[in-house]
Amino acid sequence: MIRVQAEPFDPAAELARFAAACPTCGAIVSFTGIVRQFGDGDQINRLELQHYSGFTEPTVVGLAEAARARFAISDVAIVHRFGDFAPGEPIVFVAAAAEHRRAAFDAVDYLMDRLKTEAPFWKREVGERDARWIEARPTDHADRSRWERTE
Amino acid sequence: MIRVVFLGRLAEAAGAPQIDMTLPDGVTDTGALRDWLSRTTPALNAPSVRMTLNRALLRDSCKLAAGDEVAFLPPVSGG
Repeated sequence: MIRVQAEPFDPAAELARFAAACPTCGAIVSFTGIVRQFGDGDQINRLELQHYSGFTEPTVVGLAEAARARFAISDVAIVHRFGDFAPGEPIVFVAAAAEHRRAAFDAVDYLMDRLKTEAPFWKREVGERDARWIEARPTDHADRSRWERTE
Repeated sequence: MIRVVFLGRLAEAAGAPQIDMTLPDGVTDTGALRDWLSRTTPALNAPSVRMTLNRALLRDSCKLAAGDEVAFLPPVSGG
């Protein structure tokens, strides 16, 4: 289940649906990314997340396929929103199901590192003082590079 | 006529999220288009800016034809 959508989603409902699809999986790991209240000390009023329709979706599907090929997982889910967000709203949901926990943890960690640095979304924080475009930080790229050594 | 899409902060740099344009004389491929647009919008020439042609990532310059859609992509931040 890979979705790129404007509509809000409920992470708990996504997880319940995902778990129900694999009743025999021994391990399910999920991650939910949420809009922060503060960015660089400034209050965030709104977050705008832009995507490029027709390009973003296949890129996200490709990342999910890479995770499937790399880890011993039986299923993977990614829900990524675009549009306007208020602090506290979920942006991204990633889940992996596996026979054992390590593969599920690793797959979700890997997918988040690649989504942060490679998924075609563009993020703009509108704060109290100003608005600024956010790019993947050096720590995000360092996180992503952890997976290259063993690729 | 081709369509050019500017994503993220590049829309501010270019002054519009997208433009439809007729290819100027001598501009026949994506590399030349980038050079030509960079004259008025230097941000498009940054090494971190990638391009797509008809929503596929470009590695090398490609010939342009009427109806093509070219996009300029600044560094991303998903998740």
